[in-house]
Amino acid sequence: MNVIKRASSGTMESSDVYVEIEPAQSGLEILLESVVKKQFGEEIERTVREVLSEEGVESASVRVVDRGALECVIRARVETAVRRGRGEA
Amino acid sequence: MTKLVKSIREVIELCGLKDGMTVSFHHHLRNGDHVLNLVMAEIAELGLKDIFVNASSLFDVHTPLGEHIKNHVVTGIGADYISAGLGRAISRGIMEKPVEFRTHGGRPADMARGSSPVDVAFVAAPTADPMGNCTGKIGKSACGSLGYAFADAMYAKKVVVITDNLVPYPLEGFSISEDFVDYVVQVDAIGDPKGIVSGTTRITRDPVGLVMAETAARVIDASGLLTDGFSFQTGAGGATLAAAKFLKEIMLKKGVKGSFGLGGITAYLVDMLRAGCFERLLDVQCFDLDAVESLRTDPRHQEISAMHYASPVAKSAAVNSLDVVLLGATEIDCDFNVNVHTDSQGSIMGGSGGHSDTAAGAKLSMIIAPMFRARLPIITDRVTCISTPGKDVDVLVTQGGIAVNPRRADLRDRLLDAGLNVVDIRELKEKTERITGTPRALPRGDRVVAKVISRDGDVLDEIYSIPEMK
Repeated sequence: MNVIKRASSGTMESSDVYVEIEPAQSGLEILLESVVKKQFGEEIERTVREVLSEEGVESASVRVVDRGALECVIRARVETAVRRGRGEA
Repeated sequence: MTKLVKSIREVIELCGLKDGMTVSFHHHLRNGDHVLNLVMAEIAELGLKDIFVNASSLFDVHTPLGEHIKNHVVTGIGADYISAGLGRAISRGIMEKPVEFRTHGGRPADMARGSSPVDVAFVAAPTADPMGNCTGKIGKSACGSLGYAFADAMYAKKVVVITDNLVPYPLEGFSISEDFVDYVVQVDAIGDPKGIVSGTTRITRDPVGLVMAETAARVIDASGLLTDGFSFQTGAGGATLAAAKFLKEIMLKKGVKGSFGLGGITAYLVDMLRAGCFERLLDVQCFDLDAVESLRTDPRHQEISAMHYASPVAKSAAVNSLDVVLLGATEIDCDFNVNVHTDSQGSIMGGSGGHSDTAAGAKLSMIIAPMFRARLPIITDRVTCISTPGKDVDVLVTQGGIAVNPRRADLRDRLLDAGLNVVDIRELKEKTERITGTPRALPRGDRVVAKVISRDGDVLDEIYSIPEMK
């Protein structure tokens, strides 16, 4: 299920990630900034897409500002942003 | 005779500074230093070119050097430590000639060997008399020890003392004496007292840091070295300071009377001195005002020169009498080589300082570092830059286990006997990567931007430029 409103989760603290999600016309647009983009950029984008897919989000605009978060943190932050965007949380 | 000269510009001319010569500075005023910038601005005004700047350390307050580099006033830099702002510019390649990194012991050793000659040394002195006797213990810009400046005063062809507190001759309790000094210049302010203590770190409150610190103290306790006469140095990082606090508790509980604390001195070591953990502090640099006050008032707290601290060509140096040193790392590899020069992006943000001197000298050199910082594992296959060679590093303490250098089977057995969590460094690396994932290797630039010169005077490693971010 797609998001119905703009929502965010996370912080800009080191080892955390800030995620912003908003409704989009069609498809997924993911904008990634990361302090470890050179080392983990592809993994981070894959993790974000996996969570969106698990949540059934087919179209959304997502901004991810990563400060070196572990994969489990990224998963939790994306999931939270999605649920907030649906008005569930 | 008079050594008093009215201005910095006049003294530069009197010293006969010419294109291609070397000037030196010391860093006890740290990020509050005004002297390097004042002197370099005058050198630029005078139209001099191709100057080599030999500084014991450079801080972000010294970023005006970037302009002097662009204008070819400065074409060479030597330092033991360069902080992140200026370091990034160097990593991006603003210098044509590679920066020469030395250690706090190697710098005076290379001056003594003649391989790193200095034409004019500028000594920032919080108090001086008109003949150049000077000290850092008193004055509005008091910084405590002048340890790194002794070699500059002894080996430079010309020595200029720059002070903002000129007192009548002869100054009581001087550190550097007039017999080395050619000229004295009085200025309004040699530094900003707020920046002088800017690098001070407090004990960490991070639970991971506290676990590492407590483990570090237990490793020292189990090492067999914690007996009467024990000697100790710790860095000023949050976790190493916390380890000192845990160590103090163990020493007081067991009634261990140590002999000396060494190095850059912080309030925490002063506290250990006062609590009876040590008989003496040997101080090459004060990190905070408590250390300055203690050096000024407590005769057990003694100033030492960089040669006395760590020079490999001194007849003896304090690091060689050291039992335990606690050190940090940005990276460590499976051969225990340690990087403290570059950050996780390969950009210069530090330097050895006394890291490799104390690691080489101490009976137990311990690295304290978390398994990862901001997803990047600390343990790598090969460090980006070898700051301290693995042969001088005995043990790595992380929150996920203690890795002992295979050369120290004796230490490993002691730690195992004490029930500590000893793991192979490769296993620790794999354990970390199961949490973080395996990072892709960083692309490196094609130019050598710095050479790391070991305390023995050889090139230990080279630092490459960082490619521009896409």
